[in-house]
Amino acid sequence: MTRPELAEFATHPFVRGLAAGYVEQLADRADQVEIAAGQRIFGELGEARGLWLIRSGRVALDLQVPGRQRVVVETLGPGDELGLSWLAPVPRWQFGATAELAVDAWALSSAAVLGLCDADHELGYQLTRRLLTTAIARLHAARIRILDLYALPESTP
Amino acid sequence: MTLTEAPAGYRVRDRVAETRDTVTLTLEPVSAALPGPQPGQFTMLYAFGVGEVPISVSGPAGLPVLTHTIRSVGAVTRALCDAAPGHLVGVRGPFGTTWDEADAAGQDLLLVAGGIGLAPLRPALLAALAARDSYRQVTVLIGARSPSELLYTLELDRWRTAGARVEVTVDKGDAAWRGDVGVVTQLIRRAEIVPDETIALICGPEIMMRLTAQALQAAGMTADRIRVSLERNMQCGVAECGHCQLGPLLLCRDGPVVSYRVAETLLAAREL
Repeated sequence: MTRPELAEFATHPFVRGLAAGYVEQLADRADQVEIAAGQRIFGELGEARGLWLIRSGRVALDLQVPGRQRVVVETLGPGDELGLSWLAPVPRWQFGATAELAVDAWALSSAAVLGLCDADHELGYQLTRRLLTTAIARLHAARIRILDLYALPESTP
Repeated sequence: MTLTEAPAGYRVRDRVAETRDTVTLTLEPVSAALPGPQPGQFTMLYAFGVGEVPISVSGPAGLPVLTHTIRSVGAVTRALCDAAPGHLVGVRGPFGTTWDEADAAGQDLLLVAGGIGLAPLRPALLAALAARDSYRQVTVLIGARSPSELLYTLELDRWRTAGARVEVTVDKGDAAWRGDVGVVTQLIRRAEIVPDETIALICGPEIMMRLTAQALQAAGMTADRIRVSLERNMQCGVAECGHCQLGPLLLCRDGPVVSYRVAETLLAAREL
């Protein structure tokens, strides 16, 4: 269990700009973790109870599709957050996560984050906005991919 | 140049299959060469007996030998893609505005490509890498539909070695793919952009360019630091026929490279 260095922790996009006291409360509850390339971080349908603030490396979110190999639906990298499903009423991972490259991250338990939010609704509001921003960005990205923008145009010379 | 000027004869010197539907042709003049094109410009390529299409230049700037990367999407482009070494094609041009990547000298240069959009950006990248010390960060963000549809895969490491940061993402990976999966705009967050010291060049499908420009603006960049390459039905190449009109622009003359300050409202319009 290694606590993050506060000044460095404060540079992650998820916490950047939060009041110093809030950053400190989150840092106090975070662990600096190293995840080896190829290591499974969590599997789909498992209980969702963690939030990782990725500093370096790459994480693949995947899904086991019957009749097909493991399908990677998205990758996350430095500055991204891994783990949003604990926000849902039934906190289960909707996708699995594997470190494609060695990952450095700060890990927080969802219980700790929710505990902070319950104790201080202003912090709860700030974090909810940030998590919602991430969720919206991923929703937008998913919609863009549905458009299949790089497919052949219907009629060209 | 007039509407009636005949195409100059060029012979296919080399043909490289980039993907299942995209090839790169190297063309050499049969007699006098046309003026060497600059990054961002296009020529009208004529497949004799089939027709003529606008194709962006995808090779080094200013040379008598032309390089074009062509995706087979219709009768003319199919005929051009099928052209083997020795085959004769017609060329008019070069036409249009340029990337002016040298404006980023002393600053960061960011290139964002979607799909075949990497081809028109390649001359600007090659020019920047040839003068690498003139720039701070040179970053290339590439989005493609799948790993098999990525262009210039053998060059990516060469660009890295020459001093570019190159990031690639695909909409859909395959069993062998170990790179990023997602839309190209997601790479922008990781690009560590210095908003007021970066010039961004974007090329790809229009919606991709709009979303990319919006992401750059969200990162703090102003529209006049962003350039996009627009395409319409270019035909004459000399702003006379009007087929390539987009609002107040005739893109064969006023484009294809346009400041996002100008393009922003045009890209959002439903019908122009």
